[in-house]
Amino acid sequence: MALVLNQEQQMLKESAQGFLAEFAPLAELRKQRDAGSQTGYADNLWAQMANMGWAAILVPEAYGGLEFGHVGMGQIVEQTGRTLTASPLFATAVLGVTAINSAASEAQKTELLGAIAAGDITTALAVDEKIHHAPAAISMTAVKQNGGYLLNGAKRFVADGSTADKLIVAARTAGEAGDIDGISLFVVDRSAAGVEVERTPMTDTRNYANIRFSNVAVAEAALLGEEGKGFAALSATLDAGNIYLAAELLGIAQESFDRTLQYLKERKQFGVLIGSFQSLQHRAADWWSQVELCKSAVLKALQAMDEGDARAPALASIAKAKLCQVTELATNEAIQMHGGIGMTDEYEIGFFIKRARPAQMMFGDNHYHTDRFAQLSGY
Amino acid sequence: MSDLQAFRQQTRDWLEHNCPESMRQSTAGGDDMCWGGRNYKFASEDQKVWMERMAAKGWTAPDWPAEYGGGGLDKAEHKVLKEELARINARSPLDSFGIWMIGPALLKFGSEALKQQHLPPIVRGEIRWCQGYSEPGAGSDLAGLQAKGEDRGDHFIANGQKVWTSYGDKADWMFCLLRTDTEAKKQMGISLVLFDMETPGVTPKPIKLISGSSPFCETFLDDVRVEKDQVVGEINQGWTIAKYLLTHEREMIGGMGLADVGGESLGQIAAKTLGLEQGRLNNPMLRAEVATWEIDEACFALTAERVTDEVKSGQGVGATSAMLKYYGTELNKRRFETLLKITGSDGLVWEGEASNGGWLPRTWLRTKGNSIEGGTSEVQLNVIAKNILGLG
Ligand SMILES: Cc1cc2nc3c(=O)[nH]c(=O)nc-3n(C[C@H](O)[C@H](O)[C@H](O)COP(=O)(O)OP(=O)(O)OC[C@H]3O[C@@H](n4cnc5c(N)ncnc54)[C@H](O)[C@@H]3O)c2cc1C
Repeated sequence: MALVLNQEQQMLKESAQGFLAEFAPLAELRKQRDAGSQTGYADNLWAQMANMGWAAILVPEAYGGLEFGHVGMGQIVEQTGRTLTASPLFATAVLGVTAINSAASEAQKTELLGAIAAGDITTALAVDEKIHHAPAAISMTAVKQNGGYLLNGAKRFVADGSTADKLIVAARTAGEAGDIDGISLFVVDRSAAGVEVERTPMTDTRNYANIRFSNVAVAEAALLGEEGKGFAALSATLDAGNIYLAAELLGIAQESFDRTLQYLKERKQFGVLIGSFQSLQHRAADWWSQVELCKSAVLKALQAMDEGDARAPALASIAKAKLCQVTELATNEAIQMHGGIGMTDEYEIGFFIKRARPAQMMFGDNHYHTDRFAQLSGY
Repeated sequence: MSDLQAFRQQTRDWLEHNCPESMRQSTAGGDDMCWGGRNYKFASEDQKVWMERMAAKGWTAPDWPAEYGGGGLDKAEHKVLKEELARINARSPLDSFGIWMIGPALLKFGSEALKQQHLPPIVRGEIRWCQGYSEPGAGSDLAGLQAKGEDRGDHFIANGQKVWTSYGDKADWMFCLLRTDTEAKKQMGISLVLFDMETPGVTPKPIKLISGSSPFCETFLDDVRVEKDQVVGEINQGWTIAKYLLTHEREMIGGMGLADVGGESLGQIAAKTLGLEQGRLNNPMLRAEVATWEIDEACFALTAERVTDEVKSGQGVGATSAMLKYYGTELNKRRFETLLKITGSDGLVWEGEASNGGWLPRTWLRTKGNSIEGGTSEVQLNVIAKNILGLG
């Protein structure tokens, strides 16, 4: 497949741009933060997005979705990186849909995917238990009991964990931390007895949570897929998650670049525009080149998911590692090239770095994915 | 079967019968390349046969029009040919400044007579070209060149000195920039001219490099007669063509960031050299360096692909050759620095059979020139800043 957008994908990108500029621009993030919002987004935003079909883009047609594909969805998520728009799009329409679609039974898909596509329910993926991403190191337990399961353990850094209706939880039905076998996925109501949610706002003021599960009883029907064989679906979900995080980071890297470039053409010192200084020109040119590399990595990874390419896991790690690297550069250079004003809360440029770092950290940072790439490459 | 599928099948069959077995193996060394030319000594009979067979089909210049000896392939067919060549790991049948640089410039700007005269011998590997741009006083500031061409009616008399002329002592013809109007503004008085290196007054003298070899020369021009019918494009309008040609050169040099060494990836070489412990390279710092490099290389390869696809579909910003040149050459330099770390003290051995005549350290040193030749990295960054980002 040629590494370019087709017309439909291009149109979706443009309509996302238009929508976000109008209803969820960066100023909205400040507004939500200052109002002490519990979600990070306006109450009706998700309903509007669902109305436009964004919740259904990755849902197969058979379950009431649009089945429009990852390249298209990637364009929307990239744009949300430019506007720093918080919404359930990532945790629900990407992670929730991918996990359910990869693991669930027909009946579960019909019920859950249908409800997501319609914008009726939101989800959150609860995986990590330690301060660094380690999906095989799960020690939370699920013990079979009374025809159902009893869940015990604790999760952290759960995106939308304090607001989602359903939690998709990775727990261990066999083996021990470090084993790939023995991991199972469960759908648990956030309001279920024994679920204790602690909201943990981070630098980006989004709604993450640490969640404790104490003797939470779920029915057998809560199990997604086969008992003990959940790692493959979890892995596929994490790959998708990382590719979309890379897409969002691409939006951040581009927007912080565009704003900085604009500033280089406005700000004067020593009687000239600061953009005439070669030391800044060269850093800007290098930054731009790096962003070009990022665009290719993200597009290829999105295409690989659409095509069911066996290289998708490696491409996910390539994209995430590279985007972590370049977004770190981008957000730091953005502040430095703005000088003092870049340090102020009043100016918007400082918002990018505060969203970038949690997005980089989630599901593995540059080091994690460089290591994983090496492993997948056989060394 | 579609036409393209049929073309693929025919190509595959033809290559199966015509590409000698030894031309399907890469050696870590410069003898993979075939330069052609009047005085060229082929490394083997197979190399000669392979070049001649490909040349007969025009596939040494697959996308040039057939009327000038080229393959006449369209973009899709050209891509198929490249894929089929890669599939059997075939070596390039002919590498030359003719194919990479002056050929494309002639196709775009040359007169019909010049095309007829010069293109077919390039395709056949009969004439080897060199590039006479740089001078002692004009490197990055190429438009400041001083070598003069004095108007004598139907010809010019050229005087001056060129430098860093790659393979100047091995080439048959030179494409050369001369100042033909000394009154005009810097860029306006330059012509691109062609002459035979055997013309009286042309003296190339090899320069020894840090790698120990002498692939380039300083070239003295003393009263060299250059015919006016050998001017490419208009007289005094050579700068535009020179820049066009530089774009091709940059893409070609940038592409070196992608060439595997001896058909193996850095990770494979590292695994072989250092060994694995529980599936991992047993040196964690080096492992991280190798993986980081391979990730960057993958992103660069995808970018080269994307840029090509964007041009094909009429999207994209264009003018990306400066970025590809900048990033690709810096990447290639990093590749060899990492290779040296992988190979340890073995990698620094300069002479002897075991080291293949010091191939690695010599090639490593040669890569330092990648970010200088064809315009330095700093110059590429200037081009990006000015032409793409609009920073004055
Ligand atoms: C291996 C190799 C092969 C070559 N082959 C050929 C050939 O076949 N034909 C040919 O004509 N030439 C050839 N060259 C010459 C090459 O094009 C020049 O070396 C190159 O353009 C740089 O010019 P210079 O060497 O005079 O360096 P200079 O221009 O003197 O540069 C010195 C340093 O100053 C920096 N610099 C210069 N100007 C600026 C600026 N405006 N902003 C910031 N930094 C700047 C440069 O980046 C560099 O770091 C070859 C060079 C090499 C290394």
